[in-house]
Amino acid sequence: MTQDWTAGRRTVIKGLGATALAAGTGVLGGPARAADLVVGFIYVGPKDDYGYNQAHAEGAAACKSIPGVKIIEEENVAETIDVQKTMESMINLDGATLLFPTSFGYFDPHMLKMAEKYPKVQFRHAGGMWNESKHPKNAGSYFAYIGMGQYLNGIVAGHMTKSKKLGFVAAKPIPQVLLNINSFTLGARAVDPSITTQVIFTGEWSLPVKEAEATNTLADQGMDVITCHVDGPKVVVETAERRGLFTCGYHANQSKLAPKGYLTGAEWNWANMYKMFIDLDKAGKPLPNFARGGMVEGYVKMSPYGPAVSDAAKKHADAVKADILKGGYAVIKGPLKDNKGKEVVPAGTAYVETAIELESMNYLVEGVNGSI
Amino acid sequence: MSQAVADKTALTAAPTTRGDLEVRLRRGAETVAVPLVALGAAAALFSLFLMLLGKSPVDFFALVAQGAFASWFSLQNTLQRAAPLLFTALCCAIPARLGLVVIGAEGALALGGLAAAAAGIATASAPSVAVQLVMATAGIVVGGSWIALVGALRHWRGINETISSLILNYIAIALMNHFVEGPLKDPASLNKPSTQAIPEGAMIGAIPGTDVHWGLVIGIVLCVVLWVLMSRTTFGFATRIVGGNLRAAQLQGLAVGPLILIACAIAGAAAGLAGMIEVAAVNGRANASLVVGYGYTGVLVAFLARHNPLAVVPIAILFGGIVASGGLIQRRMGLPDATILVLQGIVFVAILASDTLYGRWRIFQPRSAP
Repeated sequence: MTQDWTAGRRTVIKGLGATALAAGTGVLGGPARAADLVVGFIYVGPKDDYGYNQAHAEGAAACKSIPGVKIIEEENVAETIDVQKTMESMINLDGATLLFPTSFGYFDPHMLKMAEKYPKVQFRHAGGMWNESKHPKNAGSYFAYIGMGQYLNGIVAGHMTKSKKLGFVAAKPIPQVLLNINSFTLGARAVDPSITTQVIFTGEWSLPVKEAEATNTLADQGMDVITCHVDGPKVVVETAERRGLFTCGYHANQSKLAPKGYLTGAEWNWANMYKMFIDLDKAGKPLPNFARGGMVEGYVKMSPYGPAVSDAAKKHADAVKADILKGGYAVIKGPLKDNKGKEVVPAGTAYVETAIELESMNYLVEGVNGSI
Repeated sequence: MSQAVADKTALTAAPTTRGDLEVRLRRGAETVAVPLVALGAAAALFSLFLMLLGKSPVDFFALVAQGAFASWFSLQNTLQRAAPLLFTALCCAIPARLGLVVIGAEGALALGGLAAAAAGIATASAPSVAVQLVMATAGIVVGGSWIALVGALRHWRGINETISSLILNYIAIALMNHFVEGPLKDPASLNKPSTQAIPEGAMIGAIPGTDVHWGLVIGIVLCVVLWVLMSRTTFGFATRIVGGNLRAAQLQGLAVGPLILIACAIAGAAAGLAGMIEVAAVNGRANASLVVGYGYTGVLVAFLARHNPLAVVPIAILFGGIVASGGLIQRRMGLPDATILVLQGIVFVAILASDTLYGRWRIFQPRSAP
C-alpha cells in the first residue's frame, strides 16, 4: 500500500514538472492539437440515465467515428460556476473549439459569460434562447420539437388503454412539459375522446423516489399506460413494468427496461444535429446560430414498436406520422379548451410546432386531470 | 470526542515544568500528521480501487495534480470551487463545538440566496454597495434564523438536531421552489423558473488579476474570525464546555440555551451568506442552481477539518481541487463522475477512522514529569 502511494506521489511530482514545462512552452492547447477538431459535450446528469443526458451522449457517440474529430465529455456538471469552469477547462486543457453545453440552465449566465471570454470558441446550447440582438455571435442555440413524438405516443396509448385512463409523470409545469402533456392527451383523445390523462408533477427534474411513488399512485388509481417528462425516465418505466402497465418512452429508447410493456417512445435524434455542426466546422464554414427542427428534419424519432402494440394502433400512428413528415402538421389547434373549460385556442387558429405561442404555454387541455 | 481527550491532555499537561510551547508544538504536529497519514491511507485504498477497475493510479494522481493545482488556470478553478464550501463547512463546524451535528447548510443556503435575491430586487434603485449590503444582511438574517430554529427545537423541545436540520433542508428547498416558481418568478424565465435578476452593478466581481470572485476572500476571513471566536474568547470557551459536558455547563450556570441559539445562528448566517454570494457573484438571480449539494459537501469538509474553522480552509481547497480535477479525469481516463464521489467517500472514512490515532503516538505526547 505504501508503495502505491510512493509511486503515485513521484508521478504527481513528475506530472507537476511536465505540466509546468508544457504550460511554459505553450504546448497546452497550442498547435500540437490543431490537427484535430476537439468538441466538448457537457451533461447535467449521468450520461447513462436512459433519458435526457443519454440522448445527448448518444448523439455525441455517433460523432466519434468522424475522422479528425476528438470528442470529450463531462457528466454531472451542475448549472453553477461548475459549468463555467468545465467549459474553460475543456478549452484550456483539452483545446476544445466547439462546445455543446446540453442543459437548459447552462445558458444564462454561464455559457454567455464564457462565450464573451473566449470569442474564438464556438458555443451551441440545447434550448432556444439565443437572440441575435443580445448575445455573442460565437454562441447559439439548437433545438428540436418533440411534441409530435408525444402526440404519436398518445395515439398508441389511446389504442392500447383498456381503462381509458392514462398517467403522466412530469417534472415541472413549464411550457415544454405542458406541451408534451397536452400533445400526449390530444393524441389519445384523437382515438377516443373519453380518454383522460392524470398528471403528477414531482417538482424536480430528477427525483427518483418521487417518480416511483407517482408511478405507483397512478397504477393504484387504474391508469394503464404511463409516460413521463423527467430527466431520466428509467425509474418510471421500470416501476410501470413491474406493475404490469404499458409505457411510452421519452428522451431515449427505454425498451430494454420494459421488454413487455414498452409501446413506443418519443426520442431525440441529436446525432444528426451534432454531425451537421461538426461537418460545417470541419469544412471551415460558419455555423448557424440557430438550428431547429423536428421529426421532418430528422432531429426527433420514434422508438420501434414494442411487442404488445396492436396492428390498429400501428396503422393509425404510422398514418399520422406520414402526415407529420409532410410538414406543417399542427396538434394544438382550435377550438381547444383548457381543463377548466376556458377556450385557449379559438376555432380557425392552428399552431404548427415552430409557433412561438407554444413556447409560453400555460394551460392543460381538456381531458387532463391535474393543475399547474 | 477526541477533541475532549485533547483538551483533557492540555489541562493536565499545562502545569508541567516543560512549559506551554513544547506541548503546543507536539499537539500541533499531531493534528497535522494524523490527517496526512489518513490522506495517505485513503490514497492507497483508492489506488487499489482504481487498479481493480484496470486504471492506473499514477495517471489518476497526475491528472488530479494537473487539473487542480498545476497551472494558474487550474489553481483558480480549485479556489473558485472551494469558496462556497468554506461557508457551508462553517455551518456544520460551529454547532459541532457544542456537540451538535447540524446538516442544514443546504437549506439555509437556498433560503439565504432567495432572501438575498428578493432584497436585491426590492432595493434595485439604491447604490450598488447599499444593494450588496442589504442582500448580505437578508441572507445572513434568513439563514441565521433558519438554523437557529434547529437549535431552539433542540434545546427547548429536545428534537434531535441532525434530523430536524435534515428535514428543514427539504422544507427550505420546497419554500425556495415555491417562491421561485410562484410569487417571485420572473415571467421571462419560462423553462428555468428564476427570480428577476439583481441589478448588474450589484454583482460581486472577481479579485483583481484573477477569475475568482470575492466570495473566497470573505470565506477565508470568516473562517479566521470564527476560529478566533471559538478558540480565543469566553464565548468560544463556554461553547466548548457545553460540547464537552452539558451537565457540567449547566451546573456552572452557563446559559446553555442562548449559547446553542447563538452558535446555530452564526452557523446559519454563514450558509445564508454563501447563498447570497452564489446569487450576487455567480447566478445573478435565485433559482434551482442554489441547490447543488454545497451544503452536504460542507458537512464532509467540516468533519475532515475536525470542526476547526481554520482547518476548514485547506480542506475546502483540497475538496475544491478534487472536484476541479474531476472533469479532467472523466475526459482523459473515461471514468464516470461517480469515481470522484468514491474518492471523497474513502477520504471521509479514512479521516474519521484516524480519530482513533490521536494520543497513540508517543512522539506527540507531552513529556510530563513522572
